[in-house]
Amino acid sequence: MENDQDKVLNEVTSGEYKYGFVTEIETDVIPKGLSEDIVRLISAKKEEPEWMLEFRLKAFRHWQTMKMPAWANLKIPEIPYQDIIFYAAPKQKPAPGSLSEVDPELLKTFDKLGIPLGEQKRLTGVAVDAVMDSISVKTTFRETLAEMGIIFCSFSEAVREHPSLVQKYLASVVPYTDNFFATLNSAVFSDGSFCYIPKGVRCPMELSTYFRINASNTGQFERTLLIADEEAYVSYLEGCTAPMRDEHQLHAAVVEIIAERGAEVKYSTVQNWYPGDKEGRGGIFNFVTKRGICKGDDSKISWTQVETGSAITWKYPSCILRGNNSTGEFYSVAVTNNYQQADTGTKMIHIGKNTKSTIVSKGISAGFGQNSYRGLVKVMGKAEGARNFSQCDSLLLGDKCGAHTFPYIEVDNPTAIVEHEATTSRIGEDQIFYCNQRGISTEDAIGLIVNGYAREVINKLPMEFAVEAQKLLQISLEGSVG
Amino acid sequence: MNSDFLLQIKELKASIDNKEILKGLNLEVRPGEIHAIMGPNGSGKSTLANVLTGRDIATVTHGSVSFEGKDLLEMSPEERAREGIFLSFQYPIEIPGVSMVNFMKTAINEQRKHRGLEPLSASEFLRQMREKKELVEIDSALTNRSVNEGFSGGEKKKNEIFQMAMLEPRLALLDETDSGLDIDALRIVANGVNKTRRPGTSVIVITHYQRLLDYIVPDYVHVLYDGRIVRSGGPELALKLEERGYDWIRKKADVSEETWTTDRK
Repeated sequence: MENDQDKVLNEVTSGEYKYGFVTEIETDVIPKGLSEDIVRLISAKKEEPEWMLEFRLKAFRHWQTMKMPAWANLKIPEIPYQDIIFYAAPKQKPAPGSLSEVDPELLKTFDKLGIPLGEQKRLTGVAVDAVMDSISVKTTFRETLAEMGIIFCSFSEAVREHPSLVQKYLASVVPYTDNFFATLNSAVFSDGSFCYIPKGVRCPMELSTYFRINASNTGQFERTLLIADEEAYVSYLEGCTAPMRDEHQLHAAVVEIIAERGAEVKYSTVQNWYPGDKEGRGGIFNFVTKRGICKGDDSKISWTQVETGSAITWKYPSCILRGNNSTGEFYSVAVTNNYQQADTGTKMIHIGKNTKSTIVSKGISAGFGQNSYRGLVKVMGKAEGARNFSQCDSLLLGDKCGAHTFPYIEVDNPTAIVEHEATTSRIGEDQIFYCNQRGISTEDAIGLIVNGYAREVINKLPMEFAVEAQKLLQISLEGSVG
Repeated sequence: MNSDFLLQIKELKASIDNKEILKGLNLEVRPGEIHAIMGPNGSGKSTLANVLTGRDIATVTHGSVSFEGKDLLEMSPEERAREGIFLSFQYPIEIPGVSMVNFMKTAINEQRKHRGLEPLSASEFLRQMREKKELVEIDSALTNRSVNEGFSGGEKKKNEIFQMAMLEPRLALLDETDSGLDIDALRIVANGVNKTRRPGTSVIVITHYQRLLDYIVPDYVHVLYDGRIVRSGGPELALKLEERGYDWIRKKADVSEETWTTDRK
């Protein structure tokens, strides 16, 4: 018996990360390291206007005065910034107009990742912006969306074609001085997605960005800017994968969301960056700043994240609830297996009257994984009638992993109601045996239990991705109960 | 190996933490038979259930167990279940977040797959759920909840028999299914077993008391004492036990030659 279980455990934990392949493609890389010259070079590569370069330089100069944050419950090895390549682009014509101009190797890569870029093979009702290393490869359904006045394109194109919108909103939620990684991103960001939904428009399809790191020794620094004008609605999804490599790779992104009066934005993430191997070698360092502002009254921003990848995850998708009656939501499942570490959570800042926020965080730790929830609920003095409900659950598999909770609550208005609930549980051998005794294998039993545990969050994802996320959860944890 | 037997246990010895609990147990069960195993606390009743279902708390050190002619001890717990062994747990386990419906569907389809059958259609599955729920008089709402979560003691036991009805095992082990039940619940649970049992399904009832056997009438009653079956007989043996108590067996057992070698208290 004991041996059987060891065998199964071995088989599945040594199972390869499904997305670990490398695409052989000619890549335009710049010299490694970071300096003002590098920042200028990136800007020049992208043929940016002067104001964009100025923004980058300001950020870079500020970054040089900053220190890496040390407050997170993470063991982070020193990151050798001078050894990182800050820009790498698959060689192709800039911004290919039609699919036939996109390098077939790139199309094959995204096909293999399950993201067909040909619109005839499209994912039903999903428009995709595909980003490889530092640049956007292809954005689908642009014309269809443009007919409704929706702008969905790569960030670089937005800088060229919609400069006034970019200038108005860029860094309006995450200022360039915000934090070490956001500042770094502001200096060197290469590409990402830009999206604008005009007044009163309900975006008829899911918008999504698929991020792929391919080149070695590079970092990926993308920037996403999402604006929902008054009474607009959009559901947006991002997915990410990377090749298996022995060295760590840095990913430091910034996402900003602006919801005007009556607008609603749903932002979903399925994060599956390469997590490193069983011994903790390699894997992506994922330092991300995500923040949305409910600027107008009655607006709503909802974050849903399923985090299964990365060696280190550091991210706190947050909502600034400025408009009266605005709503912020955060639904999260974070998995740490083997030697993965995650310090993730949210901030809900209640400024407007009758603002509401909901936080549901489900941590799952296995192997030697360390999983921390860090969350701030802040109710400002004028936020009459603010309400928050937080639920933080931790699930432990095995006895070598850890779960930690760091809730911060600051309330400056006596009418506010803030609730926090937390539970810690573990998948017991008796539960597994109970399933076994009904004919369910240990693998499937873990899948059942974990998906049951995470169901509340998974249900918030768009349908197609919910199924994917469910499988991903099971795969990430297979063999973790011994 | 005699193919008349569904289950054949020969000279079974098993230990927990190097302490021998089963000390040479023999038992033969034919298809369709009901056997009751009675015995005082610590006689090895639960260990027998653990060994038969493959729970790795106990280590088998000697003997053999064949099930439909196959070596049961070689099989994983889930394989045994798929071969048709069902255990009604003494203490059913709660699995928060997993709905009964999902749990049952997964279990049934795993077992069907093992027998080379297609998964049940959703409508057929729901029809069976409805039908079997009525047989064990289980509240409809319970099957919409998570597995055993927040169920009362009686509901948990009913839920075990409901699962047995759904899975239609070849051999059902009822481990102290009567414990913690009031007389009404006991009757419902016992009738549930009788109503849902297919011809050919064998049952091993593990119990302290005679009262469950008023409803589930055994063909054979065995008395387990100190890791061995020390006495076997018909239903009348259970009545005799009830009347005279286990001391009677204890005294009887103590005169056998075997017990000289074991520790006396």
